[in-house]
Amino acid sequence: MDMLVCIKQVPDTEEIKKMDPATNTLIRKGVPSIVSPYDKNALEAAVQLKEAQGGSVTVLSMGPEQAKDALKECISVGADRAVLITDSAFAGSDTLATSSILAAAIKKLGNFDLILCGKQAIDGDTGHVGPEIAEHLGLAQVTYAAKIEIKGDIIVVNKEHDDGYEVIEAKLPVVCTVVKSINEPRYATIKSKMMANKAKIEVLSAADLPDIDTAKTGLNGSPTRVLKTFAPPKRGSGLRIKEETAGESALKLVQKLVEAKLV
Amino acid sequence: MDLKDYKNVWVFIETARGEVRNVGLELLNQGRVLAGANNEKLVAVIIGKDLDAAAKTVTAYGADEVILVEGEEYKDYNTDGYTNAMVKLSEKYKPAAILFGGTIQGRDLAPRISCRLKTGCTADCTDLAVNAETGDIEWTRPAFGGSIMATIVCSQTRPQVGTVRPGVFKKAQPDDSKTASIIREEIRTPAEEIRTKLVDFIKSAEEAGVKLEEAEIVVSGGRGLGKPENFAIIKELADVLGGAVGASRAAVDAGWISPLRQVGQTGKTVGPKIYFACGISGAVQHLAGMSSSKIIVAINKDPEAPIFDVADFGVVGDLFEVIPVLIEEFKKIKAS
Repeated sequence: MDMLVCIKQVPDTEEIKKMDPATNTLIRKGVPSIVSPYDKNALEAAVQLKEAQGGSVTVLSMGPEQAKDALKECISVGADRAVLITDSAFAGSDTLATSSILAAAIKKLGNFDLILCGKQAIDGDTGHVGPEIAEHLGLAQVTYAAKIEIKGDIIVVNKEHDDGYEVIEAKLPVVCTVVKSINEPRYATIKSKMMANKAKIEVLSAADLPDIDTAKTGLNGSPTRVLKTFAPPKRGSGLRIKEETAGESALKLVQKLVEAKLV
Repeated sequence: MDLKDYKNVWVFIETARGEVRNVGLELLNQGRVLAGANNEKLVAVIIGKDLDAAAKTVTAYGADEVILVEGEEYKDYNTDGYTNAMVKLSEKYKPAAILFGGTIQGRDLAPRISCRLKTGCTADCTDLAVNAETGDIEWTRPAFGGSIMATIVCSQTRPQVGTVRPGVFKKAQPDDSKTASIIREEIRTPAEEIRTKLVDFIKSAEEAGVKLEEAEIVVSGGRGLGKPENFAIIKELADVLGGAVGASRAAVDAGWISPLRQVGQTGKTVGPKIYFACGISGAVQHLAGMSSSKIIVAINKDPEAPIFDVADFGVVGDLFEVIPVLIEEFKKIKAS
């Protein structure tokens, strides 16, 4: 089974602490870049399927040159082949433009039985790219997968739902996005890291993707545009309750909630 | 594409076994504001089977017009059938905007539809407004785990599409005397075009009760609970308040509770009237999932816990001493 996993290199959002008040943008300096966590789950799912029934795992990313580090990390935990799409004509693409580029690259790279993505990347948090890749490629999609099984040419997915899991079946090829609970991604070993460091990362540019009209990519070619960014409204802390005993604190909380007509 | 051909604000109404989910009703109320700003109609669109009751509900909640697509193939949600129906409707009626709830279903469907229509989509919005000059919708949403807010426009293509977080807008008061024109559209999706098949549903025993994303009160437990059995007091407090149980990532990662209960960037986003964070420190990734709650109550014995920075009421104390008293008091209030 040949699988392709889309991954994104993102700033570790848990490490972002400050905004620059002058520009209303995030201060990225010193914030480490990581492979978006759910993408690691998608990769782990693919590597486990490969181990169980053979095949190959290709990882694909779009981003600046430094995203090669993220792809090398993927090789260190089981990917066989890594491809980076990088071109200034693609910089600033929104999800529609990004997904069209990724889909064109996937077409070029081969025929895949299963295309996996994380449920969303932790920087933009949109979750759009998986379904949009499926649409560009004309494939079925199953999102929020918490368990994947392959039975012949059928994929069986436990898809997260409000109060349980839907069991969804579809014929391959399929685009599937995964949630965190699907697996525990493995760690690289020193040996696998050294090997990955020497691995060759294939690079694609706009010239390699003739189907892509660069008038429809990048900041200017994207249908959505960021009008402004600003600091989230500060909630500010309200009333601190610390009475003599915990019981008294609880009573005071109840009194305050009743006064505010909240209960 | 002539943008002037595109008019009216559509709200996709998500149903679960024929019942309209709250987020659709919330969006009708805000959709009214958006439609009003451009002198447009507010249209509810419902896809499914046997939708008469749902059509009545959305009429009472203020839709001017209701479009229904009914059929056996739409009985259970499926991406292919619903996309086909919505895209055909959009091509025929040319709405200026389509709003979806930011639920599992909405976030599966909206990007697929917007992609087929070659238009933009904005995810998980927490505010919607109309630009007074251009008439474009301004979609505001958190990004980078809630560290920053961004306002996004889709000014060159139509329809403008987006998903909106449940709980950020209020429902209107329903008015059964209201009327709406009901349009029934016959759109068929052949069985072979529906490529995914729902074969089973595994109901998680833990998941009985109030839906997390629709609950008016959420009681969440975190690492401070210490062990899985201690979720019992969280559940008891939730039950007495008629609320839902939530959890922090730490509690889920420890295996104390189902991942379906996780609130935060990794899990579900909630916006209840009152959110109780019990033994939760308040990591950025947790705050991303609950900061649109109207009132936040924190109970934590660590006075330095960051959750106190966002709490409207912060009780510094041992949750095992505080919560039992709360349960007793709320029981008394309920009984009186």
